[in-house]
This record gives sequence, structure tokens and C-alpha cells, in this order.
Amino acid sequence: MLRYVLLRILSTIPVMVIVALFVFLMLRLAPGDPAAVIAGDYATAEDVARIREQLGLSDPIVVQFFRWVGSLMQGDLGISIFSGKPVSELIAQRIEPTLMLALTTITFAVLVAVPLGTLAAFKAGSWIDRFVMLFSVGGFSIPVFVLGYILIYIFSMTLKILPVQGYRSPFTDGLGPFLLHIALPSVTLSVIFIALISRMTRASVIEVLEEDYIRTARAKGQSEYNILIHHALRNAAVPVVTVIGIGIALLIGGVVVTESVFNIPGLGRLVLDAVLARDYPIIQGLILFFSFIYIVINLLIDLSYTLFDPRIRY
Amino acid sequence: MADPATAPRDLPAELSLARLALRNRSVYWGGLLLCIIVVVAIVGPYFTAEPSALNPTNRLKPPGPNGVFGTDMLGRDLFSRVINGARVSLVVGLAVAVIAVSIGLFLGLIAGYIRVMDALIMRVMDGLMSIPAILLAIALISLSGATLTTVVIAIVIPEIPRVVRLVRAVVLTVREEPYVEAAISVGTRVPTIMARHVLPNTIAPLIVQATYICGSAMLTEAILGFLGAGIPPEIPSWGNIMSEGRTFFQLTPWIIFFPGLALAATVLAVNIVGDGLRDTLDPRIARNMR
Repeated sequence: MLRYVLLRILSTIPVMVIVALFVFLMLRLAPGDPAAVIAGDYATAEDVARIREQLGLSDPIVVQFFRWVGSLMQGDLGISIFSGKPVSELIAQRIEPTLMLALTTITFAVLVAVPLGTLAAFKAGSWIDRFVMLFSVGGFSIPVFVLGYILIYIFSMTLKILPVQGYRSPFTDGLGPFLLHIALPSVTLSVIFIALISRMTRASVIEVLEEDYIRTARAKGQSEYNILIHHALRNAAVPVVTVIGIGIALLIGGVVVTESVFNIPGLGRLVLDAVLARDYPIIQGLILFFSFIYIVINLLIDLSYTLFDPRIRY
Repeated sequence: MADPATAPRDLPAELSLARLALRNRSVYWGGLLLCIIVVVAIVGPYFTAEPSALNPTNRLKPPGPNGVFGTDMLGRDLFSRVINGARVSLVVGLAVAVIAVSIGLFLGLIAGYIRVMDALIMRVMDGLMSIPAILLAIALISLSGATLTTVVIAIVIPEIPRVVRLVRAVVLTVREEPYVEAAISVGTRVPTIMARHVLPNTIAPLIVQATYICGSAMLTEAILGFLGAGIPPEIPSWGNIMSEGRTFFQLTPWIIFFPGLALAATVLAVNIVGDGLRDTLDPRIARNMR
């Protein structure tokens, strides 16, 4: 068990190295001089030279890579070209809204999707099932920002019950304003997860319901409720948890778009502002940061399997 | 893994697959909707106004006498722009699906069959998968400049790992089959085994995967356009139209709603076809990969 945990933790290292290599090479292999790209269209020759010096671009590429990885290990993600602040500091400043949006979205999605998927599986073939499946295909098909604008149109512009955009912190502005402002973005972003998770829950509950031990439980005279909660749902948890892990990648992409629609000053907005300003250290830093989060969450999910399914023993 | 849909038979494989697929209701209705959209995209632009024609006196008009969908902030006909935008979306979706599947198939066959390459390719794919697709695309586009080609490439790269994993899974299953062992034992060369035994088994799950990639590529393209990081703004893509409509959303919400609905309908059609194909053609693999 301990051996497995250690090996699994070690196995993330090559993946992280590859991500770092990819992010590093992306800027170096792009057409043109990276210093000129960073400096922008209106830069003078001195600007380009200054940036080249600042980033150490005159050294051999291998030296550059190891120096860069070395500073990454110390938590140094580089310095923003425009603000002159460390990227890690900018991330720390902007992380709260993004984290809150992600947490409320995942919580809401799981609370809605798991019961919905279970219900659909239990009543497979009924109108409830068909509705859930239809909703699921629809959720995959509607662009997240279009959904955001539809909800703004209904709840903010027509019914006038929720704010159009913005963010309030639960820590400094209070829980009420926070919930009012986060409601629409969370619901918008959660639709694709509800689609994903409910579909997965349905599939895995249907599979579990065909198992022998479910028949045994029925034969013993267990109530349908008991069978569902104690036997089916617990065993269906592994694929559902896995799909939440896969969904983290979707969530990160969705956050960028949702923050843009609802004008939330989080990491997604930081990326977009950095792209417009061609502030590559920020873009690099954020890609690394998000990839790291993705890898760590999927590591935790892998390790959590032993909790959900005692048959999985390493 | 010798399911009936992919097992060798007398009929040409594509023909029988197509016949089998059309019996499915989702494939039929989704396909019909998709065909209508494709025909409109091809023929429509010949019958509508010039999508870039400015008309400063007719700005931000609601749907009505000034155009079925109204006009945008430069007085351009929204209906014509939405119809023209269909071409961009469909071309991007198709191009991304074809390129991602081709590259993924190639890498997946190598990873699945050549043990030495397996670890290397799969670690690279793991790394690629852990980079958020939208961020990667935004970064690639802002580095290489926004053109239709760079946008397609930027959307293709994050889609490749899914295909590689799928193909590799198929290869690993097929190579254990008795008929492959038999082929090896009589001295059949690797390329022949690949072409005759492995490749046919990947077709069904790849077709299913390609439809999903096509749908998600169209969404990604629109998102990139919407964020202002997609194909150049002078091309009337749905993402670009919606991006321009943002400023006036509270005043003229239809500038976002019409292209948004068109996009949702197209992606929905593709996804319904994908679901139907998955149910008929492919059994386990595509479902597990999703």
C-alpha cells in the first residue's frame, strides 16, 4: 500500500518534467526571436536586447532550461514583464475568486448530477432517463459563454433578481453578497459537469445494478432504497470520481471563459490580460500552475480509490 | 474484442458500417440536422447579402425589416454573417477531427506495438493532457499569430492524447487475440499485421471519437473567437460575431443569441450522431474513453 502510494507520487515527476519542457519549448520554438515576440510590435532594438538579457536568452538552450527548472523548484515562476511583479505573487492575488468559483461549481454539479444520474439509472428507459440523457447531450453542446449570457438575460436583465456581473469575497464582503454574485457563474459553469457526471453516474449505476450481489440483496428482501444507497452507489463511486478528475481540465478552461463573461477578477482574467499584453512569463506561469493542480488532483483521486472500493488494494 | 461490427466480412467495411449506423435513430436524425446545416453553409452564402457590407445608418437594428436577425454595430446583416459563420465552424471541426485522428492513430499504433516507444509516447501524452486545452491553444495562437491554420493546429494538439490512448488500448487488446498470434507465428511482417488485423479494429471507435472531437473543436474555436484569441476578426466566425456582440449585450442580446443557437444546434447534431454511432458501432472502448 505504502509502496504503491510512493510509486504513484513518483510517477507524477516525469509528467511534470514533460509539461515544463513543453511550456519551455513553446516560447523557444515559436517562429521568430522570443525576445522580439515578448517585446511586441513597437519595441526598439534596445528593448529587445534588454529583454533578451533579462531572460538570459543568449545562453545555450540546455543551460536556460535547467536554470529555469531550478528556479521553478524554488517556487519562482518568473517576473511579469509589464507589472514587474513576481508571477507567483500575481497568482496569489487572483486565486481567491477562481478557487471559489471552482469549488461552488463542483459542489453544485455533484449535488445535482449524482442523484440525477442515479435516478436515471434506476428508472432506465423511463421519461426521467430520457430527459437526463437529453440534458446531458445538450450540456455538451451549448457553449459555456452562450449559456452564461442566456442566464444573465433571464435572471439579471428580465427578472432582475441577480447581479449581472462582478465578484464579492465571502471573507470581506459577507456570505450573502458572495452567493448572489457567484450563483450565475457557478450554475453556468456547472452545466457541462452535470452533463458529464450524471452520464457517468447513470452508466456505472446501471452496470452495478446488474451485479450478483445486488440480486442477492434483493433476494434477502432489502428495500430498494437500501440497495441503491448502500450497495449500488458506493460501488459506482470509482468511475464517478474518475470523471470528476478528468473534468478538472474542463473546469480550468471553463473558468477562463466564465470569468470573462461575468467579469470576475480571477486567474482566467489574468491569463486573458496577459495574452493581450503579451506578458509571456504570466502565461507560462499560469499554464504550469494549472497543470500542476491538474496532476495533483488526479493523483489524489487515484489514491482515494482505496477508500471507495475496498477491492482495490495495491 | 472481436465485436460483430468490426469483424472481417465479405461486404466492404465502410459500406456495412454506414448501413448499420443509419438504422440507429440518433444517427438518422442527428445526421439529417447536420446535413441541413452543411447544405445551408455551402449554398447559403450565394443567396445572402455580403457579410462584411457596412451600413452605418442601419446599426444595431432588431430582427425585422432590416434583416431576419437584425444588424450588428457596423450595420452588417447578422443573418448573412451567421450563415457565413457556419462554413468556418464546419471547416474547423472537420479539419481538427481529421488531423487529430490521423496523428493520434499513427502515434497510438506505434505506442501500442513498439514497447520501447510506449513509455515515451504515453508520458508525453500524459503531460499534454495535463495542460488545460484552452490555455494551451491561447498561448500557441498568441505566440504564432492568429490565422485559420494556427487556430486549427492549436485546437488539434490538445485533442491528440485522447486519440492516442484510444488507439493504444485497441492495439493492446488486439495483439493478444489468437488470430494475431497466428499471424505472427506464420511469419507475417509487422506492417502487414498492422494493416490487416489491427487497423480495422480501430475504425469503429475512431469514427465515434472523431465526431466528439469535431463537436468539441467547434466549441473551442468559438470560445477562442469569443475571447478575442481566435481566427482574425475580419472573418465572420460565430465566435467572432459573439465577441463583437458582447459590448452591446444589454442593448442587443440577439447578436450573441443567434450565432450561439446556430453553434449549439450544430454541435448538438454532431454529438447526437456521435452518441448514436457509439451505441451501434462501438461497444466498450469509446464509452470508457469518454
